[in-house]
Amino acid sequence: MKNLPVAGKALTLLFMAAFLVACSGSDTKDEEAAAAAAAQAAAAAKEQAAAEAAAQQRRLEEAAAAYGNIFYFDFDQYDLRPAAIEALDAHIALLQTDERTVRLEGHTDERGTREYNMALGERRANAVRDYMVANGIASYRIETVSYGEERPVSYGSGESNWSQNRRVELK
Amino acid sequence: MKWLAVAVLPITLILGAVGARADLTIEITQGVDNPTSIAVVPFAWQGPGPVPEDVAFVVDGDLARSGQFAPVGRADMLGMPSNEKEVFYRDWRAIGAEYLLIGRISASGQELRVDYELFDVLRQTRVHTGVETGPVSEARMHGHRVADAVYEKLTGIPGAFATRLLYVSVTRVPGGKDYYRLTLADSDGARPIVLLESREPVLAPAWSPDGKEIAYVSFETDRPAIYRQHLATGQREQLTNFPGLNGSPAWSPDGNSMAMVLSKDGSPDIYLMNLATKNLTRVTRHYAIDTEPTWMPDGNSLMFTSDRGGRPQIYRYDLKTGATERVTFEGAYNARARIAQDGRNVVMVHRQSSDFHIAILDLVTNRLHVLTSTQLDESPSIAPNGSMVLYATKSGDRGILAAVSVDGGVKFRLPSREGDVREPAWSPYMNR
Repeated sequence: MKNLPVAGKALTLLFMAAFLVACSGSDTKDEEAAAAAAAQAAAAAKEQAAAEAAAQQRRLEEAAAAYGNIFYFDFDQYDLRPAAIEALDAHIALLQTDERTVRLEGHTDERGTREYNMALGERRANAVRDYMVANGIASYRIETVSYGEERPVSYGSGESNWSQNRRVELK
Repeated sequence: MKWLAVAVLPITLILGAVGARADLTIEITQGVDNPTSIAVVPFAWQGPGPVPEDVAFVVDGDLARSGQFAPVGRADMLGMPSNEKEVFYRDWRAIGAEYLLIGRISASGQELRVDYELFDVLRQTRVHTGVETGPVSEARMHGHRVADAVYEKLTGIPGAFATRLLYVSVTRVPGGKDYYRLTLADSDGARPIVLLESREPVLAPAWSPDGKEIAYVSFETDRPAIYRQHLATGQREQLTNFPGLNGSPAWSPDGNSMAMVLSKDGSPDIYLMNLATKNLTRVTRHYAIDTEPTWMPDGNSLMFTSDRGGRPQIYRYDLKTGATERVTFEGAYNARARIAQDGRNVVMVHRQSSDFHIAILDLVTNRLHVLTSTQLDESPSIAPNGSMVLYATKSGDRGILAAVSVDGGVKFRLPSREGDVREPAWSPYMNR
């Protein structure tokens, strides 16, 4: 380029500059577009993941809700019935998605003495707690309290009422 | 032949009761075969204005409720004597009265005085005279003390009418939280006073041996805790706040410690709390349910319920030797013992087929005798003179209180006008 006239030099420079400007201009646009697309895709993916997570959470919540938060027991027994285990599994799956603390309230029917029933209600609440802990829920998240026969949901006598009252409520 | 439903004495004197009331009425359902006929003449009032209390009516009701006496109706009386010279024995023989009680009530300021005289109609002789004095506000108590004296004179056993009851009443709130009330009343259910009202469960009321304090379990903090409360001052102290069960408070006979059930160490066990230092001593140590401690009157041992043998039975723990022995063997369910002051009779909840009854075990003969025939009987409490057992049962789907004599011969019920009534605790003798 040594022999080029000043004008040529200037022209060349101008051309190059124009080229550079043009080049750099089209580069920025492409990158922006790509970045925007990527961000959009990422956002969409994130949204989808969130929606999926929310849907999953909803499914877990619905599953737990469908089972209800009351687990029933046989007379003078505190071992979990298969139906209670199924219901508990649904609640455990939900509890594994958050750090919520729960309260387990143990209850009995009216038969037998009040203080013995207080102990029986505690055993029922503890049976539920132990199952939850064994399935990965930290024990510090679970509070248990027994109400014995003091808080019936169904007041009358007879098995149809009693069976409603022999329960642990998850709150 | 038993006499049935002879007397229905509505007792609705409410002094200082608050909120919805759980007034008790008395229905005597069964008495002894040949109750002693006694005429309790209205006591003569010797003061100005209306008489503050129909003291003779209180005496009449107490004696009738014992089932051992058949008081003569006032309408059948041919005279209303109030001193010995007005007594004509033939008038009382004519209506079949074996004994006659007359009296006079006078007042000076806020002090009430009751003079009374008891006559043996057949032998035509005065067998007892007595005087009761005290504040006008306690006029019913004077009546109960007169009844105690008459009962002791004629049966040889001290009366237990001048005592009080604690019980829990519950007003149901459909779809909401029930109202629980801890109530104090005379031994006949009169003069109910609400000591504690809560929307959370209240249970296990117990008396201090001097009758001046009570203990109970309240869930008012959303968890069970044991409280002690002074009756005269209302002063209250929370004794426990452990994780798990805090239940079955039972004052020791010397008043210095309290047996209780705690599950803070894993499973329900019996502990003793020194009430001065609040130090705990663990009494039982078993993975089974140990609960419902109660003291032998000498304070040397405790009885309690345990399912360590597979089913709930009564056991006895010797505090001196540390030895535990099983007390009940008859039946698959024996729980919540209460021991008479003689240390011989033990009342408990006893299951027979699918029904829960009150039974009494004689520790000397080892004989168990079922006292009740209703299905869901619980919470037996024995009178300080050992004569009657008060317990909770159900009438329809209502909780009511009922009583039975230790020989099963006398029965009465104390239904409430509203709500469920449960967990009666009969006081010890009240020192004045």
